[in-house]
Amino acid sequence: MSPAGQALPVARLDKVPLALIPVVALAALPLIPSLPTWITLTAAGLAMGMMIFIMASGLTLVFGLMDVMNFAHGAFITIGAYVATSVLLALASPVQADSLWLNLAAIAPAILAAMAVAGALGLAFERVIVRPVYGQHLKQILITMGGLIVAEQLILVIWGPDIIALPKPAALRGSFVLGDIAVEKYRVLAVFVGLAVFAAMFLVLSRTRVGLLIRAGVEDSEMVESLGYRIRRVFVGVFAAGSALAGLGGVMWALYQETVNSAMGMQVMILIFIVIIIGGLGSVGGCFIGALLVGLVANYVGFLAPKIALGSNILLMVLVLLWRPQGLYPVAKR
Amino acid sequence: MRTLLSGDYPRSRALTAVLLLILAGLAFAPFVFPGTRSLDVAAKACVFILLVASYDLLLGYTGIVSFAHTMFFGIGAYGIAIAAARLGPTWGSLALGSLAALACSALLSLLIGMLSLRVKTIFFAMITLAVASFFAILASQLSGFTGGEDGLTYKLPELLLPGTKLLQAPLFGVEINGKIVSYYLVFFAAAALFLALLRVVNSPFGRVLQAIRENDFRAEAIGYRSVAYRSVANCVAALAASAAGILYAVWLRYAGPDTTLSLDIMIDILLMVVIGGMGTMYGAVVGATLFVIAQNYLQDLMKLASDAAAGIPLLPALVHPDRWLLWLGILFILSVYRFPSGIVGSLRMRR
Amino acid sequence: MSSLLALAGVNTHIGHYHILQGVDFAVPQGGLTMLLGRNGAGKTTCLRTIMGLWKASAGRIDFDGADISGRPTPAVAQLGIGYVPESMGIFAGLTVRENLALAARSGPIDARRLDWLFGLFPALKKFWQLPAGHLSGGQKQMLAIARAMIEPRKLLLVDEPTKGLAPAIIAHMVEAFRELKRSDTTILLVEQNFNFARALGDTVAVMDSGRIVHSGSMAELAGDEALQHKLLGLSLDAHQ
Repeated sequence: MSPAGQALPVARLDKVPLALIPVVALAALPLIPSLPTWITLTAAGLAMGMMIFIMASGLTLVFGLMDVMNFAHGAFITIGAYVATSVLLALASPVQADSLWLNLAAIAPAILAAMAVAGALGLAFERVIVRPVYGQHLKQILITMGGLIVAEQLILVIWGPDIIALPKPAALRGSFVLGDIAVEKYRVLAVFVGLAVFAAMFLVLSRTRVGLLIRAGVEDSEMVESLGYRIRRVFVGVFAAGSALAGLGGVMWALYQETVNSAMGMQVMILIFIVIIIGGLGSVGGCFIGALLVGLVANYVGFLAPKIALGSNILLMVLVLLWRPQGLYPVAKR
Repeated sequence: MRTLLSGDYPRSRALTAVLLLILAGLAFAPFVFPGTRSLDVAAKACVFILLVASYDLLLGYTGIVSFAHTMFFGIGAYGIAIAAARLGPTWGSLALGSLAALACSALLSLLIGMLSLRVKTIFFAMITLAVASFFAILASQLSGFTGGEDGLTYKLPELLLPGTKLLQAPLFGVEINGKIVSYYLVFFAAAALFLALLRVVNSPFGRVLQAIRENDFRAEAIGYRSVAYRSVANCVAALAASAAGILYAVWLRYAGPDTTLSLDIMIDILLMVVIGGMGTMYGAVVGATLFVIAQNYLQDLMKLASDAAAGIPLLPALVHPDRWLLWLGILFILSVYRFPSGIVGSLRMRR
Repeated sequence: MSSLLALAGVNTHIGHYHILQGVDFAVPQGGLTMLLGRNGAGKTTCLRTIMGLWKASAGRIDFDGADISGRPTPAVAQLGIGYVPESMGIFAGLTVRENLALAARSGPIDARRLDWLFGLFPALKKFWQLPAGHLSGGQKQMLAIARAMIEPRKLLLVDEPTKGLAPAIIAHMVEAFRELKRSDTTILLVEQNFNFARALGDTVAVMDSGRIVHSGSMAELAGDEALQHKLLGLSLDAHQ
């Protein structure tokens, strides 16, 4: 409810970091020889960014809310990928059919299974591994790293050490072609999924009571408890949701690479850490922008100077930190 | 004995027995465990004891979690490797390489210390992870300088080469050649540096570190500038890690990203220091030795178990030799929860 | 008058520090009880212990006939205790509206109650859609109090509401609290500003070194300068 009448002062959204994305994209334009290549690279960068956002968003929210850095987050990514792989390989015929609807009908249960398993494991993980060490950062780091090691080994026990091939569903292969410009169909899908996830998170955080609790809890969880809310339950829910999102990200990433291996979660963790540091620990919006920036930079530099591609994102992180030491959208903490 | 151990006794009969066993085993390894493989395991144990002890200084005594420790290990190893490969296998070039590596480590560690020890634990851990990855990428990309993914192989001064015979006749059934000399160089250097680290943690400086680890805020209030102390601790730990790298490079006559810089080694160090016992120094001795033995011999045992369990669902996969890290990981988690002082702590409690 | 809140032998340790060393006192139903004392006497720790934010190591806390010692904070709050901490606990990233909406746990904000609060604190109406972090110190304090009162409470714990505020705002606060006293809420207020305390308090308790060293009516303390000097080290005119 709002008092009628007067013009009310409303806060402005800090738009400067948003501008970074077009800035980086346009800065790359003169460096890349042809426009079609630039478009392809930009699409690739955005798609990759979206997938990293999906994987990283849970981690940054968990840290912002619970002050817990889950170094085992990569395990949920990997598990999501493996579970989806098992489902997709079992549903081989609808996956290989040339109809988009059949494909999606096959992917949907794979995604749901991946998210459900990853989320359930997240619940168990929070209870068994994380809860006993709330507030003790040193032990948290050690224990979650331990969890990562054990999880990776268990994946090897269940699925074996071989790399599993996971071809894309038939209707998602190939590219949309417009003249000289070719954009992979899968990348377009990734962008849509990423936007959908971001929109969903945004709506939940800004329009629902739970979202209100989470935003308040990120700032001052003690005060939220003093208002009568059992914020511990919200913690657990966010942890599980974050793990489920990691699982979803894992599925998308696995289909993108068309292979699944036991270290894939760990491999992408460095990028995820860079993204959440750039974005500001605890900020979903920052994570979104950070992920897109990292995706774009990785693809542009990967094309222009492949040798320093991996290192370029670390340099990006250093530059952002020099500008804003707490990340793009620092969360106001108590 | 008091000055040798800087007053830091094992304080447990069981622990003393274990330590003496390890010491004896390593001191007489060429004679007691003849064969290339066992000597290699012994040398690796010496190197990792030093490396893990240096990490214990950081984690156990100062309370800093850093994922960049393998970077300093690698700097030491590459220092020797690059010097020996590019400047020729002379004592002079080895000395130059060592000094360059140590100087580089000192500078880098002080830089990292000053810049990022002001931030919170978790942030620091993540930053060191990024820095270590960056360094590993650098090492594998600058192949002209570092030999890239394949690393560098090189010769050493004649005294240290396996081909060099020192005595005509074998001593106690073992041929005394350059390899033995190398081994004892590694052994004595590692032992000396370990005792030096023991001295550091038992000095007034070491006590201040422990005070800071317990309560940073209070230590500052009493007047110790905690960032300065932690930077120095970071530096000392880095130097010791580089020294371990130097010894490793001398032993292997090879240095590459996978033997020194990989995240797997960082995780191994974490496992060793926690299972052995954080904040005890002796934990490094026990943890490193256990790990190295397990890495090389446990797998044979596990293979037997795995073959025996064939037919039972899942069990063969669980005890498959490649899954030894699973069990170590579980042990690691239990150690963090229940046995913060690891094996050493448990032995001490028994008395 | 029966006691709404009673502490008996409450001890609280924080780490190695023994802050509350056997606190015994009662807050009578209705009216405003002042908790005074020097810096470091343990007043904030007392409030936090009641709220369950810190666990008492010994002793018992009774509220409205029930033993609440050791209960988790959300449970304590749900019994009808509102808390305004020293740091105000405002969610800077949330708007004024969202801050109040969050505090109204049982559903949408009651329009009449909101109007009443707007009457006490007009600034809230003006900055309704503004993130609370943009408010001035005094406005934040008002928001904190309004938030604690957005729904009826049996007991309101307030920690140093006038800290760092200008005299004009403090005067406004006095009026606001006078108005709050007219509602059904019992108030326990921690303060160092003795004039503020004297204007509002019905009963008073004084803390020193983790113990209650005096309790009684405010009128009695206000009239006895020697007692004030002994307990608080000041006379009536010493504060602004």
